[in-house]
Amino acid sequence: MNAAVVRTGTANLASVLAALRRVGVEPVETQDAGAVRDAPLVVLPGVGSFGAAMETLSAHAGLGEALASRARSGRALLAICLGFQVLFESSEESPGVRGLGVLPGSVRRFAGAPGLRVPQMGWNTIEPAAACRSLAGGEVYFANSYRVGEGEWAAPAGWAPAWCAHGDRFVAGVEGAEGRVVACQFHPELSGALGASLLARWVAANREATCSPSA
Amino acid sequence: MLTKRVIPCLDIRDGRVVKGVRFQGLRDAGDPVECAARYEAQGADELVILDVSATPEGRANAAETVAAVRAVLGIPLTVGGGVRAVADAARLLDAGADKVSVNTAAVDRPELIGELAGRFGVQCTVVAIDAARRELARAPGDRGWEVVTRSGTDRTGIDAVGWAERCVSLGAGEILLTSWDRDGTRSGYDTDLLRSVCGGVGVPVIASGGADSVAHMVEALDAGSEAVLAASIFHDAHTTVDDVKRGLAQAGARVRIAS
Repeated sequence: MNAAVVRTGTANLASVLAALRRVGVEPVETQDAGAVRDAPLVVLPGVGSFGAAMETLSAHAGLGEALASRARSGRALLAICLGFQVLFESSEESPGVRGLGVLPGSVRRFAGAPGLRVPQMGWNTIEPAAACRSLAGGEVYFANSYRVGEGEWAAPAGWAPAWCAHGDRFVAGVEGAEGRVVACQFHPELSGALGASLLARWVAANREATCSPSA
Repeated sequence: MLTKRVIPCLDIRDGRVVKGVRFQGLRDAGDPVECAARYEAQGADELVILDVSATPEGRANAAETVAAVRAVLGIPLTVGGGVRAVADAARLLDAGADKVSVNTAAVDRPELIGELAGRFGVQCTVVAIDAARRELARAPGDRGWEVVTRSGTDRTGIDAVGWAERCVSLGAGEILLTSWDRDGTRSGYDTDLLRSVCGGVGVPVIASGGADSVAHMVEALDAGSEAVLAASIFHDAHTTVDDVKRGLAQAGARVRIAS
C-alpha cells in the first residue's frame, strides 16, 4: 500500500518514512490536497511548532481541509506528535493560530512541578481505553513540551482515547473509525517493536476497510 | 511516569565506530548499522551518533551512515559533530536523525541554539557540553567546571553550569553533559558536575563520560540525570544494554525492559 506523507517542513520525516517501509508501506511525500484526498493511507508527521505547522498547511490550498475531512469521515489517517496537536482547536504554543478543529480542546504546556523536566523526553506508559483497536498499552517514546490535559478534555462520540501521565494526566492518543484514524502525541516511528506493531495494526485496519465489499 | 533512559553512543569516523580515551587514540569498534541494530534489540532507549571525522569528506560520509542506521533503527537517534549551521542540522535530520546536537559551534556562536530551536523545535535541539574541572583558582560565580571545546583542546574558561543554563534559555531542549576528565576512563560519572547542572536547568540532562558499571549509572540517575550515555562498556561487549537495565531495575530505577 502507498501512504501519502504530508511534508510539514520541519518534521523528522526520514524516521517516519523508514518506519513505514519496515511495515511494508511505500511512502510518498506530498503537500498536495488532491494527493491527501485520494491516497489509501495518509500520515501527518510533525516536529516543530504549532504555528509553523499550521502555516505550512495553510500555504497549500485545501491541504488542511483535506486532512480534516479524512479525520472526520474516518478514512485512513495517522497523525503524529505535532500532527496530533494540530487536529485540536488551538495551542498555547502559538496564541491566535487556529488548529484544524477536528477534535475539541486546546493544547497547553505541561504544568510545572518540582522534579518534572520539560520537554517530556523519553519512554512513558500509555493506557488505551477498552474501545481502542490500533492503540495498545505499553511504553512508547514522547518528545513534547505541550499536551492536551485530562482535566480539560473528554473524547467526543466515536473517538477512543489513550492516557498517559507526566506530572498530570494527558491525552497520549485518540483513535476513531475502529482504529482507521489514529492520532498520537507519542512517536510510533520511534517506539521500537511496540510502535511498529501499532503501525502494522493501523495499516491492517485500513486494508480490511479497503477490501471489504461494504466499503 | 517517564522511565530513565540508557543511551549507547557511537563515535563515527569514516563510516566506522571508533572509541578513544579523552577523545584521543581512536580505535575501531565496529560497523555502525550492526551496532545500532544490536543495541535496539538489547533494549537501548535511544542512540547517539557523534561524528568525529576531521575532514569535509568524513562529514559527507556521516550523513550516509545516519541514513543507513535509520533504515534499521526504530528508536530515537541524536546526531552531533560538525553542526555549525541550520543547514548542517537539516542535512542530518533529512538523513534520519530525530535530534541534532551542537557543541563547539554553539560556544562560538550561541545564537545557533535559538536558530535550531526556532526551525526544528526545542525537543530537537540538544546542546552537548564537555566540562572539565578547574585546575586554577576560581573566578567569582564560577561553580568549578569550565567548558572545553574542539575535542578537549580548547579550555574556554566559561563556567559550565552557567553555560548550561544559558543554553536552555536560548532554546536547548536537552543537555548532553560529558565530563572531560572522566570520558573513556571508566572511573564513573562526575556526579558533582551532574548535580550542579541538573539543579540549574529544567530540561532533561544526559550523563556522559566515565561509565563502567551499573553502580555508576545509579549514581548518575541519583544526581538528577534523566538518562545515562555510555560507549566503551557496550562496544567491548563486556556487558549488554539489557544486562545494564536489569541491574538498574534491581537497584530501584524505573527503566524500560524490552520484552
